[in-house]
Amino acid sequence: MSLLEARELNVWFDLEGGGTLHAVQGVSFALEEGERLGLVGESGCGKTTTALALLGLLPSSAEVAGEVRFHGEDVLAGGEESVRPHRWTDVAMVFQGAMNSFNPVRTVESQIVEALELHAVAEGAVARARAGKLLESVGIPADRARRFPHEFSGGMRQRAAIAMALACEPSVLVADEPTTALDVMVQAQILELLDGLCRDFGLALVLVTHDLPVVAQLCDRAAVMYAGEIVEEGPVERLYHSPRHPYTRLLFAATPDLADDGAPVASIPGAPPRLDRPLVGCPFRPRCDRAFGRCAEERPLLRRVDGSRAACHLNDVPA
Amino acid sequence: MSLIEVENLVVRYPVARGIVGTLARRPRRTVHAVDGVSFSLRPGEILALVGESGCGKTTTAQTLLRLVEPEAGSIRFEGRDVTQLSVRELRPLRRRMQLIYQDPYESLDPRLRVRQTVEEPLLVHRAGGSREERARRVRETLERVELVPAELFLDRFPHELSGGQRQRVAIAASLVLEPRLLVADEPVSMLDVSVRAGILRLLDGLRDGGLGILMITHDLSTAARFSDRIAVMYLGRIVEEGPASEVVRNPQHPYTRALLSVVPKRDPRERMRPQILRGEPPDAVRIPPGCRFHPRCPLAIDACRAQDPPLERPAAATNGSHVAACILA
Repeated sequence: MSLLEARELNVWFDLEGGGTLHAVQGVSFALEEGERLGLVGESGCGKTTTALALLGLLPSSAEVAGEVRFHGEDVLAGGEESVRPHRWTDVAMVFQGAMNSFNPVRTVESQIVEALELHAVAEGAVARARAGKLLESVGIPADRARRFPHEFSGGMRQRAAIAMALACEPSVLVADEPTTALDVMVQAQILELLDGLCRDFGLALVLVTHDLPVVAQLCDRAAVMYAGEIVEEGPVERLYHSPRHPYTRLLFAATPDLADDGAPVASIPGAPPRLDRPLVGCPFRPRCDRAFGRCAEERPLLRRVDGSRAACHLNDVPA
Repeated sequence: MSLIEVENLVVRYPVARGIVGTLARRPRRTVHAVDGVSFSLRPGEILALVGESGCGKTTTAQTLLRLVEPEAGSIRFEGRDVTQLSVRELRPLRRRMQLIYQDPYESLDPRLRVRQTVEEPLLVHRAGGSREERARRVRETLERVELVPAELFLDRFPHELSGGQRQRVAIAASLVLEPRLLVADEPVSMLDVSVRAGILRLLDGLRDGGLGILMITHDLSTAARFSDRIAVMYLGRIVEEGPASEVVRNPQHPYTRALLSVVPKRDPRERMRPQILRGEPPDAVRIPPGCRFHPRCPLAIDACRAQDPPLERPAAATNGSHVAACILA
């Protein structure tokens, strides 16, 4: 039994002008204890919506189908009532831009104490002591804890946001673009921190990002999302060295690397399909450099291909 | 000949003291945003100015266009010192130096059609000639930025375009005046990975056409792959400069080495040995004495606290135009 599992997760949003957006389309993956999974893709691919669905945090306007299992228990089955006991205590999340959502007129420590009291983890002096410990575990010295958010640098605020998410000692941390607005050196500090937290506390990580190199360096496995679905999922080495979906290969090729391997950095022509109408065939077909007849007619399913899973008809074609 | 030559550029901003500070007559303090920057850019060259936020790279770029007034130093554009010109004298020069902003979602007027956005600079600078002439130039410029066929885009509004297309429109609006210098401030950082390369290759092509491009970026991988030269800035100074491949493969300043070491690699098997610098750069109000990098430098010796090292050719350089500001290099 996996620690956290998404099974056939689907999310629809009603659009203002009428119509429905199928934002997440049958997403399934499993996360084991202490494992690090990267959820990668470009804007609008459904990675953040998937992450929010894991914690039952989608707005009531969203329609959700499928299962999210924590230690085998379907936490979405009973609505808010069945998710609440798991949210923050078992699965916690650092939201995109969390570092900028602290209350500016209260000290960082007091905001963490509030989180601890709210979840009945601790109270009063005990809570303050715990908040100090939490902040220390993310590299914020005790003498800085009673400062205001604006007295913190961006990197420090991101550390504090991570500390806040860890308040109830969850076993899974979902981090949405935790280093996106940060400079490369500060990014390195935050990645080092996440790496340490996973190693020292056996924390499992779902890293939501558009940044492939960050996933390549920090995660064990990655799920590449396109047009609301996972198009390939597997160990990061496999995705880079033997991708089984053209989108994975092209996305790596579009990402510049310090080392010049001789291959040109090439963009992927075209744009992702609209998700407010039914998709026929493979969603990536119009942008794919290896599409053939079947791709226009039949939507490929995510299937096992040597150690990975991929949704591409090419994998049925003998090499 | 250089297209632009910057020498000892200094830009300072006063720090607001606030009411209390003013009443208490606290000394005025200044931010040394740019503190003695020199570089030159040739036509047909992309120079990447890289560094962390607050290092002064954007201020440097804005000063070139005199959107920010320098306190000292000279900026020679096609041989004339821009800093000495009046606003009136500056106007014809402005046509030849154009800026591309980071965010194509904000830099385009949402009420204007693509046609109007690209035509507007011609009207402002009274440079377009007749109505037909302007229409022709707008169309040609859209083709230059690969928005083809132009007819498909002329009457669209920004919200009808993808991020990459918007940035192309913004570039077209800069190119329509036939500039010689393009200053691109983080031109792709707001775009999706799959379209970034297209914009960068477009800039690359414009460079081949003889344009000089100053690219401001925090992304060393982009600088490594798409620029001819890299200048690394730290706290208002260029600390290392040279041909892109030389700076990336043979970095001589400890700051450049640290920056390069933390850039995540695409290949998960490639072992990283990140040399993570603690803390963040000190603020530009209190610049450390001696070498400004010494408080964070892993190699600092006593002399670094006293000597402010000039940009010089390092002993281990394999290229004549490679310079670094480190007494140990």
